[in-house]
Amino acid sequence: MNIVVTVKQVPDTWAEKKLDASDRTTDRKSVDNVMNEMDEYGVEEALRIKEAHGGEVTVVTMGPQKAVETIRKALSMGADKAVHLTDDALHGSDALQTSKALAKVIATLSPDLVITATEASDARGGVMGALLAERLGLPQLTLARKVTVDPAAGTVQIERQADNGYALVEASLPAVVGVVEKINEPRYPSFKGIMAAKKKPLTTLGVGEAGLDASEVGLASAGSKVDDAEPRPPRQSGTIVKDEGDGGAKIAEFLATQKLI
Amino acid sequence: MAEVLVLVEHADGEPKKVTAELLTLARTLGEPSAVFLGGPGTYAKAKEYLAQYGAAKVYVGESDDLADYVVAPAAEVLAKLIASASPVAVLTAATPDARETAARAAAKSDSGFLWDAVGLTPELVATQGIFGGSTIVQSHVTKGIPVIAVRPNSTAAEAAPGTPTEEQLTIEVSDVAKTAKIVDRVVEAKSGRPDLTEAQIVVSGGRGLGAGENFALVEKLADSLGAAVGASRAATDAGWYPHQNQVGQTGKTVSPQLYVAVGISGAIQHRAGMQTSKTIVAINKDPEAPIFELADFGLVGDLFQVVPQLTDEVEKRK
Repeated sequence: MNIVVTVKQVPDTWAEKKLDASDRTTDRKSVDNVMNEMDEYGVEEALRIKEAHGGEVTVVTMGPQKAVETIRKALSMGADKAVHLTDDALHGSDALQTSKALAKVIATLSPDLVITATEASDARGGVMGALLAERLGLPQLTLARKVTVDPAAGTVQIERQADNGYALVEASLPAVVGVVEKINEPRYPSFKGIMAAKKKPLTTLGVGEAGLDASEVGLASAGSKVDDAEPRPPRQSGTIVKDEGDGGAKIAEFLATQKLI
Repeated sequence: MAEVLVLVEHADGEPKKVTAELLTLARTLGEPSAVFLGGPGTYAKAKEYLAQYGAAKVYVGESDDLADYVVAPAAEVLAKLIASASPVAVLTAATPDARETAARAAAKSDSGFLWDAVGLTPELVATQGIFGGSTIVQSHVTKGIPVIAVRPNSTAAEAAPGTPTEEQLTIEVSDVAKTAKIVDRVVEAKSGRPDLTEAQIVVSGGRGLGAGENFALVEKLADSLGAAVGASRAATDAGWYPHQNQVGQTGKTVSPQLYVAVGISGAIQHRAGMQTSKTIVAINKDPEAPIFELADFGLVGDLFQVVPQLTDEVEKRK
């Protein structure tokens, strides 16, 4: 199995995230940046499939130079090699442009399986799996909470999460699989893994080397524009009371005055 | 008047409440045309509802292909309709299936795509709460026909009864869109409660519950209020409640009229999924819990005493 897994470096979950004042893109300079938490599930799933069926796991990311830290993390978890698409021209790309750029890189790797996470914690679009399937012309197996690959038959089956249960979805390989959180328990990189990661092959591509035209990516040609950004006004502080044995009744009173019950 | 396409959100033909919200919003932009895509014989269940909420026209697409394959066939049909109808905008719900459909249709039509809009002006400037709702941005699409996925509960639905014209769509789906086949649908939890993202009231439980079986307390309170049940990440990580009920940064974002947080500390991860709720009530034994910073009404106390009492009080007042 030739498996590609996409990862993204994002501002730390615990960081106060904001937009850059100059161009209203996500401010990645003033915060700690980490691998998108959900991507750890994608990497883990890729590694498990490789361990069960053999093959190779290639990490693909698009992002600034610094995103190499996130590649290193995926390699130290056990991925075999990586491709880093990085170029100033990519700055400010929207989800549609990003999917186009990633698909271009992924197609050259001829994968059997492309694994993504459901969403990144910065933009929370939740559409990258669907868009990669669209761009690559491959089956879309997103929102997977369980993945079963049958390399001999050349098929993959997933449980696609729904509000009240799941849909069982099947496709032939190659396919794009998008995994949800909780599909597995991501491993921590071992010391050995961290040392080995330093020697693993990493290919760095610019826009031109990836076969992209700088005019189709980046902020200037994005499909949408942020006109204005303001911090949300803080909530008015409310009433906090200590339970004196009638707490439940007090809440009910409050709800009644608010006409909520 | 300019045509606005509204992708109908439904379950096997039964319209979801967000459909009425989208039609209401679309009426402020132009003339709404509902786009119904589903399996054979499902439209009949939605017909009256779409007329009730002011669809001027309904495009009806019914086909096994739409029901049997993941997203791609619907995206193809929607993209074709965008090309032939040239609407001023396309609105969908910001739910998982609809946003995937919207994104793929936008890619096919080389159009810009915005998601999680909570407001939209007649000039098609969208309001979005980003970074877990901590920053409010105004954005607009600069390319093609704006495709905008709108959060449930962001517009109050208003009826506008009429008699829409109907146009049957011929569904011809390419082979490449028929590759992810749905072979079975399994219903695991038929709670009878409203959908989490659509609910007017959400009651969520967290670490303070201490054990999965104690979610019964949360469920009882939710049922007395007619609410959906949510859970914090700590609770879903512990396996106390299903992951699809998780509210927060890596779960669902909700914006109900009332959010009741039971035994939830209110870490940033959780706040990101609920801080735009209209009214927030928190019950927690720790007076320092950050959830109290958000609460309109906070009760410092033992949830095992407070919640049953609250449930009784709500029942009494019915």
